[in-house]
Order: sequence, then structure tokens, then C-alpha cells
Amino acid sequence: MRQPKVIIVGGGLAGLMATIRVAEAGVPVELFSIVPVKRSHSVCAQGGINAAKNQKGEGDTTWRHFDDTIYGGDFLANQPLVKRMCEEAPGIIDLLDRMGVMFNRTPEGLLDYRRFGGTLYHRTAFAGATTGQQLLYALDEQVRRHEAEGKVKKFEGFTFLSAVIDDSGVCRGIAAMDLRSMEVKVFPADAVIFCTGGIGAIFGKSTNSVVCTGSAQSSLFQQGVDYANGEFIQVHPTSIPGEDKLRLMSESARGEGGRVWVPRKPGDSRPANGIPENERFYFLEEWYPKYGNLVPRDIATRAIHRIVYQEKLGLNGQAAVYLDVSHIDREILDRKLEGILEIYEKFCGSDPREEPMKVFPGMHYTMGGIWVNNEDQATNVPGIYAAGECEYQYHGANRLGANSLVSCIFGGGIAGPAAVKYVKNLEKGAESTDASVFDRERKRQEGKNQELISQEGTENPLTIWKEMGEIMTEHVTVTRINKNLEAAHDKLRVLQERFRRVNLSDRTKWSNQTLNFTRELENMLLLARVITLGALARNESRGAHYKPDFPNRDDANWLKTTRAKWCNGEIHLAYEPVDTSLIPPRVRKYDAAK
Amino acid sequence: MTRPSEHAMSEKQVIVRIKRQPGPKQPCHWEEFALKWRPSMNVIICLRDIAENPVTRDGKKTTPVSYESNCLEEVCGSCAMVINGKVKMACSALVDSLEQPIRLEPMTKFPVVRDLAVDRQFMFESLKRVKAWIPIDGTYNLGEGPRMAPEIQERGYPLSRCISCGSCLEVCPQVNEGNKFVGAAIVSQVRLFNMHPTGAMHARERIQALLAPGGIQECANAQNCVAICPKQIPLTESIAEVNREAWKQSLLGWLIG
Repeated sequence: MRQPKVIIVGGGLAGLMATIRVAEAGVPVELFSIVPVKRSHSVCAQGGINAAKNQKGEGDTTWRHFDDTIYGGDFLANQPLVKRMCEEAPGIIDLLDRMGVMFNRTPEGLLDYRRFGGTLYHRTAFAGATTGQQLLYALDEQVRRHEAEGKVKKFEGFTFLSAVIDDSGVCRGIAAMDLRSMEVKVFPADAVIFCTGGIGAIFGKSTNSVVCTGSAQSSLFQQGVDYANGEFIQVHPTSIPGEDKLRLMSESARGEGGRVWVPRKPGDSRPANGIPENERFYFLEEWYPKYGNLVPRDIATRAIHRIVYQEKLGLNGQAAVYLDVSHIDREILDRKLEGILEIYEKFCGSDPREEPMKVFPGMHYTMGGIWVNNEDQATNVPGIYAAGECEYQYHGANRLGANSLVSCIFGGGIAGPAAVKYVKNLEKGAESTDASVFDRERKRQEGKNQELISQEGTENPLTIWKEMGEIMTEHVTVTRINKNLEAAHDKLRVLQERFRRVNLSDRTKWSNQTLNFTRELENMLLLARVITLGALARNESRGAHYKPDFPNRDDANWLKTTRAKWCNGEIHLAYEPVDTSLIPPRVRKYDAAK
Repeated sequence: MTRPSEHAMSEKQVIVRIKRQPGPKQPCHWEEFALKWRPSMNVIICLRDIAENPVTRDGKKTTPVSYESNCLEEVCGSCAMVINGKVKMACSALVDSLEQPIRLEPMTKFPVVRDLAVDRQFMFESLKRVKAWIPIDGTYNLGEGPRMAPEIQERGYPLSRCISCGSCLEVCPQVNEGNKFVGAAIVSQVRLFNMHPTGAMHARERIQALLAPGGIQECANAQNCVAICPKQIPLTESIAEVNREAWKQSLLGWLIG
């Protein structure tokens, strides 16, 4: 009998969960990752993971979690899978607990839960302030066990280049590059699950890790895999600005009682601790009395921008506000938030237990991503599945804090079995695909490498990347204005032109990081355009997508999913209805209980 | 701030000397770079500046430096390298706290891939060897995990923050050509899994793995590991505890023949 095989690209939470599920089903898995999977970006998730366990006797239910998620996402998410995710979330916590995650505990030895944005319930399980790291390690350990048993083969240090798609449009494997030998290799598989994470690098500086470029998503898009809701980009309200990256200061700081404020007097130069209580402006608490500091991220981010840019109340006239946990008991801070406070201390040199942190919003997450169906994470190309941040399914127009970890594990958890079912039902597998199909993809990719290595140009890839990041951050994040979006799109096209004259400062054939980065850059430029065009077209404000010229949500015209397609070498925007069959859309506001 | 001092600041330089090696087992050489100083600059920013303009201090064109990095907030463990003679994470190594010229070298206990990038696969293989996991029956729904006293969690959590950066191996005199000591990080993981209520059911297997060559007996108690760990993991405590268990187990094994 034919032995089917599944490839998984990406070893973060979604990829590892999918790997475990496929391995459990007895189907061999090949797992590809740029970095050793234990170093994946999921380690950066800090605050926690949501599940309506109702462990504080507040009457929380999975339906409330579902409603909070849909409402928080401004009704753009298709509802059936979100409902399933919320229903399965408590089981996911149990599973992680069984895997040995060191979740914080109550005196009774049960899991502790804290509050997070966009909900009034204690629904977030956590392991200090490094929950993503702890969850990733638990799944990494399980995958290592399957690897030791010979069920999983890892290809760490490989980057995905393209899917191998046969003449009937079915995916039969992947082309990947060994990042040491720089060799392009093709790997046959009967199904491929993409779990390639975020796209932060498109915005230059973000809270994301270096590998979060969106290159794989863009490459797939150019092979006919649709990309949905790209314009929905989450800017996290509290990050530490830095030149190399924006370091996240978790929402859990506010979940544990942290407060955001600025001095009431513009340009007040007194040290924070010297400003008396009545001269502090706790603007989130004043503007949103019901949710206070725990409004959803899009709301908090816009509020901070308003404080800084309209009210001119930024700290010392600069783009920063205080995030203050200094009033909270030290012992609680160390037990529940140490991981993030340590980051602040190391990178900023002051102790947040003593004085407030200075923070500002930073690009954090993409709600949009690879289009997948409403049942089992399948894309529109047979044999290609997607799960985790790289796909668009669960968060609508704005993701609630601590929902990303659960969506990664849930999505990966259903993509695995779906791929297994698909490969078992295939009449003919990759083994019967003509060798020429693989050869032509390998040659196409080798050709690209050769072209980049040998061409004599004048443009530095890092310079183009920085310029792209500046354009995207300025015009395609918090506030969007059509004429600026048009100008941004024109500039991105100019960058694409300049990219054709790119000059590699490294032409060697061993571990050439410049070559790999340049290839990613080309893909980033295209995905940047998909995002910008989606934003330009959507003339309304919904969740994270805010246009002052169209300040309201417009359900009559825009309660629909953007579905970008690649048609004859151009980006084409199509739209499809949102499945709102379970909760009818209603007005979203956070100054009162919903 | 007055104009002249602003000018002086913009002229301030950062001098970085980097040990370059084009590939495994190839001869290495040093290159020196002069970069423009900026506030809150770290070693990663230095390496990115070089990538954008790969020209040495004496005007020679060169290639960008190969190195590993990912999260840039000291939680992924990628960017460990030897900075001014001491192993550090490049992302949290702030230029202003380093003496210049800043000397960057690859870690010495792992094979060099290129320049500052090394191959730390040995650590992941060691995790396999000691079965550093909880052997769950399956991912299907089997209800909640075991209850755990907060005190156990508070001891376990710091151990579970190990980022596999390899710093503890780098500074360990027992990790050398002639000795395959798995290192403090791995021993500490054994302690972590043996502490967990389910993990404890398989404690013997993990201890057994540490009784083989390269195991716990190789530790000579230099205690460099605990001093260097960027996550302040109580590694020597872990070693002491696992050592006691290992003694018990081997003595018992000897007694019952």
C-alpha cells in the first residue's frame, strides 16, 4: 500500500500541534523550519491563553468567550469555527496542563486565571509572563518525543521557497533551500500544512521575530493561494520602541492592574513618581469606564495616538505614555509578570517595579492571512492547508489578547487530521507525480538564486527593506487616509522596480544570509502591496482598520471578507460574505458593558 | 542640548572587531568596523549596520556577518556569542555597557557554521537522550492534568525558562574535545521533568540516561554555569539534586545487583 506523507512548514505552536496530530495518526511528517523549532516566534507570546473555564465563579461560558471574540473582532470573523475554537479551548488548556506546562496555580493547586483585554472575565491561563514560550516548549517536547520514535523528521535550517503544484493544480510537495549549503531541494508530499506565522518584517520594526517576514504566504499567493483580509493589522498599544525591534509589553501588565497615564500638563518634565495622583490623566479609565485599561487593542492604540498626536500630551512632548505597575505589590509582580519586567529592565535600564514604563503602540499581529475554508483549514489549492497567524480565520477585524495562542493550537489541531484525511483519500499521491513537475520547480528556484547572485546592481536590500517598513508603518497602520495609501502603494511599486537592481554584497555559496533575506524581501514587497490595496479599497472603519474619512462601520457595504487573488501577475481584490449565522452584528462600543 | 554637542554625538563611533570564518574548519581572521553610534544600540544593530554597508574600518569591501538571531528580546536563545571574551546574548548586549573595541567571536564549544553562527544541535540531541518530555498517552481529551502545589510551580517555572542558548556549555571546563558532558541545561531539564507529578513516573529513565558517559558524573562543580545563565536558572541546585538522585539510583542498582 502507498504510504502517504505530510509536510509541515513552520514549527511554532500551530505547526507543532499539527505535527503531533499527524504523527499520532500514523502518517509520517517532515517538519521544516528556518530556525530550530524551539526558537520559533511563539516564544514571544507573553500574557496567556484564553479558555472559559469559569474557575473564578463569575459565570463565564464558552458562548461568552465566543461573543467577546466576535464582538472584539467587529463581526468580521466567520462565526462557526470561532465558536468551535471557544468550545474546545478548555480542553486545549487541559491538554497543555497534561503536557506539563508550568501554569501559575491557585492555593488549591488549580490553574490560575487573569483578566485580559476585551472581556470582563478572568479567562486567561498563564505561566508567568512567558506563556507562549512555555506552551511552545511543551509542544516542542512532544514533537521531540515523536521524532525520537521516528515518526517525525525535522528539517531545521531550511527555508520554504515555493509549493510544487502539478498541471492539474494539486500541491505535490515543496521546494526549500538549505540555509547552509544554499542548495534548492524539492520534497514530495501528499499534503502541506503552512504554519508560517506573522508578517511583522513588512513593517520594518514590529514586535515580531526576525523570521516573521510573510515570505512563505506571499510566495504561495503568487502561486494561486488566496490571501484574505490583509488590511487588518493589529498595532499593540504597549511596546518599547527600539531601533532593531519594538519589544512587547504584555497586556497582562494591565490585566494584573497596570494603568496607562500621562501627566495632565503638556510637557510636564517632573519625574513620574513626583506627579501627584490628581495631576495624572488615566485616559483609558476616563474614556472607557467599563473596560478601563482593558479595552481591546485597537481601541487602546487609537486612544494613545489621540493623546500623543491630537492632545499633545505625550511624555515630554514625545511619542510615549506611561504604563504603570509600580503601585502593585512586588511579590505579585515577580510571580506573575517577571518575564516582561525583566525585558524592560534589561533593555531600558530602569526597574518598572519602581517607576512607570514608557511605551508606545507597535505593529504586532496580522488578523489577515492565507484564505482557508470554514471547516478544516484547507486553502483554495488542493493539498495546501494553513494554520496559526499565517491564516485569517479567527480574529476578524481585531484580535483579542490571549486568543492567538488558542487559535494557533486549535487551528493546527484541526489542520493535522484534515490533511491526514485528505492524503488517505487521494487516488494518486506525490509518488506518482511526474519527476518533471519537481524538476521544473527546482530549476525555477535555482534560476532565481543564480540571477540574484550574479546580477550587478546598485541597490542594497536592507535599505529597500527599511524604506518599505517606514512607508508601511506611517501609512498602513493606525490611521489610514486614502490619498496616503495611494501614495504608499506607488512608492511600494517604485521599491519593486528598485529591487530589480538589487546588488548582493555576499555572493558566496555557503550560509549566505544576504541571499535568503533578499529573496524574502521580494516577497515582502508584494505582500505589502496586497495589504495596502486592501486598506485602500475598504472605505469604512472596522476594528483595527480606521479611516477618519469613513469613521463608522458600514455593514451595508463592507460586512465582507477581502479575498485577494493573483491573476495574470496582478493583485485582484474579490469579496465574499462573512458567515454571521450565530450572532447578528451589533454596534461595538467599550465605554459601557456590551 | 547645544548644537556642538549634538554634532559631537553624531560623530561618536562604535568600533567592532569580528572574528570571521567563511565556513566550518576554515581559517579565521579578524575584521574591524567603525559604526555610527546611536542611543540604545545593541550588538544586533551593529551587525545590521555592517550588513547595510559591509566595509571594514580601513575601507575594504567585505561580506555581511553571518549570525543567528530571532526574537531579539532574549527569549528564543538564538543570538548567543562571545562578546568581549564572555558569552552573551547579542540582543541584550547594549553597546554603551561594553568596552570598545567590542570583540565578537563565535561560541567555542559548538562547531562554527560561518562567522558567529554555530551549530547547537548537540543540545537538542541531548534533550532527546534524557527524554525531556512528559509522556502523555495522546492529545485526545483525557480531562485535566494533575493538581500541583503553587510551590512546585514556583520551583519548576524558572527551570522551564531555559532557552537552550548554550551559555552554560560555553563556560563549562568539562565540555571539551575529550568529554561529551551534556551540560547543566540538560541536567536541569531532568530535574524539571522529574519534579512534575506525571514526569516523576518516569524519573528513573531520565536519571539512567544521565548515568551514561557524558552524564552527570562529568560535572566537576566549577559553578561557572549558574553565574553565566542569562535566565538566572539555579543550575547548580539542579545539578546537586539530580546528583543525589543519581547516586541513590546507582547505589540501589549495585545493591540489588
